Amino acid sequence: MSITTFAIVSIIKSIAVIFVLLTAVAYSVWLERKVSAHIQNRWGPTRVGPFGLLQPLADGVKFIFKEDLTQPYVYKTLYIASPIIAVVFAITAISVIPFGNSITIGSITTPFQITDLNIGLLVVLGITSMGVYGVALAGWSSNSKYSLLGGLRASAQMISYEVSLGLSLIPVLMLAGSFSLREIVNKQQHLHWNFFYFPFGTLAFFVYLISAYAETNRTPFDLPEAESELVAGYHTEYSAMKFAMFFMAEYANMVTVACLSTLLFFGGWLGPVFGPPIVQSLLPVLWFCLKVFFFMFLYVWVRWTLPRFRYDQLMAFGWKVLLPTAVANLVVTGLVVAWKPDIWLVK
Amino acid sequence: MHLILFLFFGGICVAGAVNLLVQRHPINSALSLVVVMASLAGEYLLLGAEFVAAIQVIVYAGAIMVLFIFTIMLLNAGEEERSKGSRVAILLGIPGVAIGGVLVAWTLLRHSNTAWVPMFALPGDPRAIARLLFRDFLLPFEVTSVLILIAIMGAVVLASKPEAVAPPKAAEPTPREAPELVASGRER
Repeated sequence: MSITTFAIVSIIKSIAVIFVLLTAVAYSVWLERKVSAHIQNRWGPTRVGPFGLLQPLADGVKFIFKEDLTQPYVYKTLYIASPIIAVVFAITAISVIPFGNSITIGSITTPFQITDLNIGLLVVLGITSMGVYGVALAGWSSNSKYSLLGGLRASAQMISYEVSLGLSLIPVLMLAGSFSLREIVNKQQHLHWNFFYFPFGTLAFFVYLISAYAETNRTPFDLPEAESELVAGYHTEYSAMKFAMFFMAEYANMVTVACLSTLLFFGGWLGPVFGPPIVQSLLPVLWFCLKVFFFMFLYVWVRWTLPRFRYDQLMAFGWKVLLPTAVANLVVTGLVVAWKPDIWLVK
Repeated sequence: MHLILFLFFGGICVAGAVNLLVQRHPINSALSLVVVMASLAGEYLLLGAEFVAAIQVIVYAGAIMVLFIFTIMLLNAGEEERSKGSRVAILLGIPGVAIGGVLVAWTLLRHSNTAWVPMFALPGDPRAIARLLFRDFLLPFEVTSVLILIAIMGAVVLASKPEAVAPPKAAEPTPREAPELVASGRER
């Protein structure tokens, strides 16, 4: 592949992935409103389009036309920069995520992934860890007590749970022997999904899921924006498109977490494949999307089922339960992998 | 292309470092330090040390600097006042900087005919680094981790107040006398 073709293919892929991601973000808001409504025996959005399907578009238009207030007491540079930081890092994280095998159009064969790095997983972790700045700086630069408390809570919570998140991923790395997300998926052929590697993979998955919920500030860990105590937490002083950017960042992070759970624990795009070549290359993408959809649904389901933690419970749970569990799991998995690399309790 | 990228990241790095010193607000300085760390990661990436680059971003830019900013936010540190500078700094600082600069320049000039490190030639992939850390340099690596553990334990000892020093319960002011004292005591 020449450098020009490579550049063109990469640009097309990037645009397509960002378009799909932003659409997914918009429609996960719709999903959230619809599912929460049905959980509470309501209808949710029904007015705009069939089943309220055009509601995200209407919301977007509303956000663009709303008045963009900048309070006189804010620290202006960082106040404007922080939603941008949040959304940029949230969207960049998708760049190393593979969606399927590869597709051949004419003479060009390209994988369903913007770029395959041999440190893919670390890149995702690095980018998401930089996303904390958006929230923390938003809280500080707003110069209001609710925002500041929200920002402080967010940074403390994200630092605490990042540790157990990282440790819960190491068993997966030991099973796969690589940081590349593509290779991790390829190691899970024939239903040898890491989730079924009982008890280590299963335990690692639940530790990962819980810490990821805390990292994305979702209920039951949504203390940074706890509306009953902090108005709206770190984005209290934001309106119009700046507020929408925080919203987009939150949902894009959820999509990233859903993608990672699928890739690391549920075999990624692996699933039954049949038919002519073009169907064979598109079916894995369908399986991937279905699995990701399940995790997005789980996010919403959990949010409208569980109450919020108290702050001391959150910290105690993170440091005294989740972290020791992750460390113990890591040590035992290491011993088992070193002793007998291919024991599988579910064949 | 590599030279352009090297100069680009190097320029950002130096600009961030200068900005760190020039800015008067601690948050701005801390953010410039984040920029320095991130551009250093870019330089590591150019050398082919992708693992080190990723760790640089995760640990320094993503974790340690977040803690810095967290502390600055928590203490609510304000802007620094501009002072005229102390006489000691001028008397000792300027000659010191001059001597340091001359030393660095002299070393660079003396060793400038040594071989260049070619781009992407260093063993940078995770496997090579793991081999170095866990086989060739296992003892120094483990000793370093014990050292860090000692530092953590020291920090815990310094931060935790021994129970005996705390005043007995009866000595605490009643809420009627000083409500704000009780409130601040409970927070701790």
